[in-house]
Amino acid sequence: MRRSTISLTALTLAIGTVAFAGGHGGNPAVKARNAHMGLYGFNLGILGDMAKGTTEYNAEAASSAAKNLATLAALDQSAYWPEGTAQGEVEGSRAKAEIWTDGGGAFEKGKDMAVAAAALADVAGNGLEALQAGIGPAGAACGACHKAYRGPKN
Amino acid sequence: MGRLFRWAVFLALIGGIVFWVTTIPETVSEEELASLSSDAAAGESVFNASGCASCHKAPKAEDDAKLTLAGGQSFPSPFGTFKAPNISSDPEHGIGGWSQAEFVTAVLKGTSPEGQHYFPAFPYTTYNKMTLQDAVNLHAYMQTLPADATPNQPHDVGFPFNIRRNLGGWKFLFLKDDWVLQTDDPQLVRGRYLVEAMGHCAECHTARNQLGGLDTSAWMQGAPDPSGKGRVPAITPDKLGWNAADIAEYLTSGFTPEFDTAGGHMVDVIENTAKLTEEDRDAIAAYLLAL
Repeated sequence: MRRSTISLTALTLAIGTVAFAGGHGGNPAVKARNAHMGLYGFNLGILGDMAKGTTEYNAEAASSAAKNLATLAALDQSAYWPEGTAQGEVEGSRAKAEIWTDGGGAFEKGKDMAVAAAALADVAGNGLEALQAGIGPAGAACGACHKAYRGPKN
Repeated sequence: MGRLFRWAVFLALIGGIVFWVTTIPETVSEEELASLSSDAAAGESVFNASGCASCHKAPKAEDDAKLTLAGGQSFPSPFGTFKAPNISSDPEHGIGGWSQAEFVTAVLKGTSPEGQHYFPAFPYTTYNKMTLQDAVNLHAYMQTLPADATPNQPHDVGFPFNIRRNLGGWKFLFLKDDWVLQTDDPQLVRGRYLVEAMGHCAECHTARNQLGGLDTSAWMQGAPDPSGKGRVPAITPDKLGWNAADIAEYLTSGFTPEFDTAGGHMVDVIENTAKLTEEDRDAIAAYLLAL
């Protein structure tokens, strides 16, 4: 009887812990990273759909989205990337360990992204052709970092 | 007892002979290639479609430096870590000293000039469906690429997988020369050739059995990433959910329909597919949608 009470208490605690992890879990830095990437994707999507002709070109909307990208890329992300948050170390992370071991290569690629996004912000409002020409380097900057520093899907 | 022993010896001998015969490395002879003339310019597109540089470039090489095929990248697997060899035109450390027949034998049969089996980390399981014409064109093109004197590094593969002769048994079991997708449609036939004979998408996107053979019944349905972390995604139409234009765009710019970008080794793959013709990228898209 007493044993079953103890087991029940343990089980309740266990369920409580799991529920807590489910509701509030996830590494906050990883969540911040994913949210930041989501904002890149959303703004790039507005520009990309115009560039592909899926939506009609609109200079004002293109310019705003590109400025958002440039602003996002210029933010200081250093607090997003604490050590110990690589893929396999914390749930949901796809960050490769090389980010912390290859002497700042990821930081350099982040700066390349900021330069490409700023250049895109300068031209995105100047017509469809200017947008189409400018979006390539921005995409390449995203890809360059994902190539070196993002692991496969979990 | 004596009689039983003699039977055991006899059967062991038969078994040994069967093993020996089935594991003899195959070759392509000079005579088979004699009627073909090679075209280096046409070989460039074979080179891009087959993704040679992605594995044989020097580690972290980018852009034009990827054409110096110095090797040295590591490829982890459950059987050990394979090191890509130098296949630059250097006559000593690369493959500049190989004859045309030796090159075609290596690519299509997985047999080295010394008559040894290659490990199937080298996707001859795909290239064995390549035409002889494409193979000699590829050879001609690769001879025009820079030489590099980086020595080859040994593979880090443990017993019994390090016994090359056993790979003859592996080839007997898993090296198939028939197509996975059955079709007569011209665009799908081209897409199938690009995917199943050159691009070797299945090498990563299809799961393997215990011995490392591809499970063709789960073709392109995704697989554990060989690094041990994460998964290579399924690219069958039900799982991918992209249309032909989405796939062609991804193979050109690396953008997904959600404007995420490709990552990891797939970025190298896209640098190759971006160099193909639009028709070829559309053919690959059509092939994937037909699975």
